[in-house]
Amino acid sequence: MNAGIDVPQIQRFGALYIASARLKSISKWRTIIAAVDIGNPFFYLIAVGIGIGVLVEQSSGTSGTSGIKYIAFIAPALLANTAITGIMDETIFPTIEGFKWRKLFFAQNATPITGRQIAIGVYIAAICRAIFSVSIYYLLLLAFDVVNFGVSALLIPIAILGGGALGALMLFAAAKIEKEDQFFNILGRLVIMPLFLFSGTFFPLSSMPIYLQPIGWISPLWHATELGREAAFDYGISNLMVAIHFTVLASLVVVGLVLSTRQFEKRLAK
Amino acid sequence: MSKPLISVRGLTKKFGDFTAVDGIDFDVAKGESFGLLGPNGAGKSTTMRILAATSTRTSGTVEILDKDPEQFGPLVRAHLGVVPQQDNLDNELTVSENLYIYGRYFGLSKKFIKNKIEELLEFAQLEEKRDVKVEALSGGMKRRLTIARGLVSEPDILLLDEPTTGLDPQARHILWDRLFRLKEQGVTLVLTTHFMDEAEQLCDRLVVMDKGAIMAEGSPSGLIKQYSSKEVLEVRFGSDRNKEVAPQLSQMCERMETLPDRVLMYTEDGEALLEQITHAKLHPTTSLVRRSSLEDVFLRLTGRTLIE
Repeated sequence: MNAGIDVPQIQRFGALYIASARLKSISKWRTIIAAVDIGNPFFYLIAVGIGIGVLVEQSSGTSGTSGIKYIAFIAPALLANTAITGIMDETIFPTIEGFKWRKLFFAQNATPITGRQIAIGVYIAAICRAIFSVSIYYLLLLAFDVVNFGVSALLIPIAILGGGALGALMLFAAAKIEKEDQFFNILGRLVIMPLFLFSGTFFPLSSMPIYLQPIGWISPLWHATELGREAAFDYGISNLMVAIHFTVLASLVVVGLVLSTRQFEKRLAK
Repeated sequence: MSKPLISVRGLTKKFGDFTAVDGIDFDVAKGESFGLLGPNGAGKSTTMRILAATSTRTSGTVEILDKDPEQFGPLVRAHLGVVPQQDNLDNELTVSENLYIYGRYFGLSKKFIKNKIEELLEFAQLEEKRDVKVEALSGGMKRRLTIARGLVSEPDILLLDEPTTGLDPQARHILWDRLFRLKEQGVTLVLTTHFMDEAEQLCDRLVVMDKGAIMAEGSPSGLIKQYSSKEVLEVRFGSDRNKEVAPQLSQMCERMETLPDRVLMYTEDGEALLEQITHAKLHPTTSLVRRSSLEDVFLRLTGRTLIE
């Protein structure tokens, strides 16, 4: 064995080695990623801020949005949704690729790196990618004068927490479902899209009929959006609700990661 | 004999009711080139995954450098280089980036890996492709890169699963040459193959596997000597006549195998036997005298050819 191999060190930092390799792969797409991360919010903020936002405020002012400008009202949801889509992209596809398409995980697992470290490494890289995307979005929110710099910067970690909650579950799902076929396409269209629409994104969840509100309660996007609104605009939700939102999201991260790391180990050892 | 690097006793692996590996025993000594020869589905790759400390066993014991790979996975894998059956390189990265990233998985320093990359690119004859994305490489180049990647950590043991499957003859010979060099440098090689010529070229010693069990063990020449004759006469009379003339032919040699397309006659002197057949006015449409190979050993042991 090469004298430079330090197994205890690999056991400590293996997940970071995997994350670093993933980020290197992701960086090959940096131009496209940057264009999407800047272009997408730019057009969204123009369309919603100048278009729909003006229409909403002309018809009902800011009474339905707790006195907050409409574009500011939906800004935390847009940030959280950016984190969710970014983390989903960077957990689902690399995981299917790693196990099935190119079997990269099997190559990584042939070294002292463990399945657990691979799962966490993929997750860390996805979080890093989302921090980049959400930060750009936040800078555009500042540029469009949607939020003021200061405490509103908390929107970034809150969005990442929301994205990380769903991402951890998706990491597990991608490792668990071996014959995914169209599963993730269907999931995106029939689960993630409705969550986006019914998570209090464009209107307060309480304005929906009570029988539709549970969609929001189970949605990480709703919990992250509510937390974000409270952090950025003092939205007026109780401390208990803040604690509940935070606990739900943190619990999903923990549960998702525990399930994912076990599933990675199990599938690699088959 | 000094203590073996690899020691396997009663190794069994079951998937539900199916027994993939059925109580096999073998040892591999330091510096040895050891092969697992057998057809697809013989249990070779399953055995390799257990040796690679990436798969669990159902029963039996395995020791690699005195450690149980199931208990000390990362520690055992730190000593191994693994070349899987399918090239699982990162296609989005360049040749040198693939080597660099893999070296980092072993926790090696950036400086060490950078120097090692130069050496490995030369070994794999990929110096001119260092900055080329992997997806642009030929099959043979990808295979050489996968082997080079397996060497980045200077492993004590290199595990190669079907190293030349899917390669054209020229690419195979280049690869054999590279593996020969490793052998000369004293690297312990463990390889699986279903190519008898590959096993003969590369292995000091091998086990013949079929249906999860070991049928025979020895050096390629020792196995041929033990289980086959010196020469083989292959005769073809056309697929309809092969069976027809078989009883007459069987009187003329020590042992015979009738395959759908040809008859194999085992003898110490192929030319003399051919003359005898011609005298008997049997007139085969084609004939070939060759030396016995591991294919003949496998046929003798299992009644089947290696590639069916």
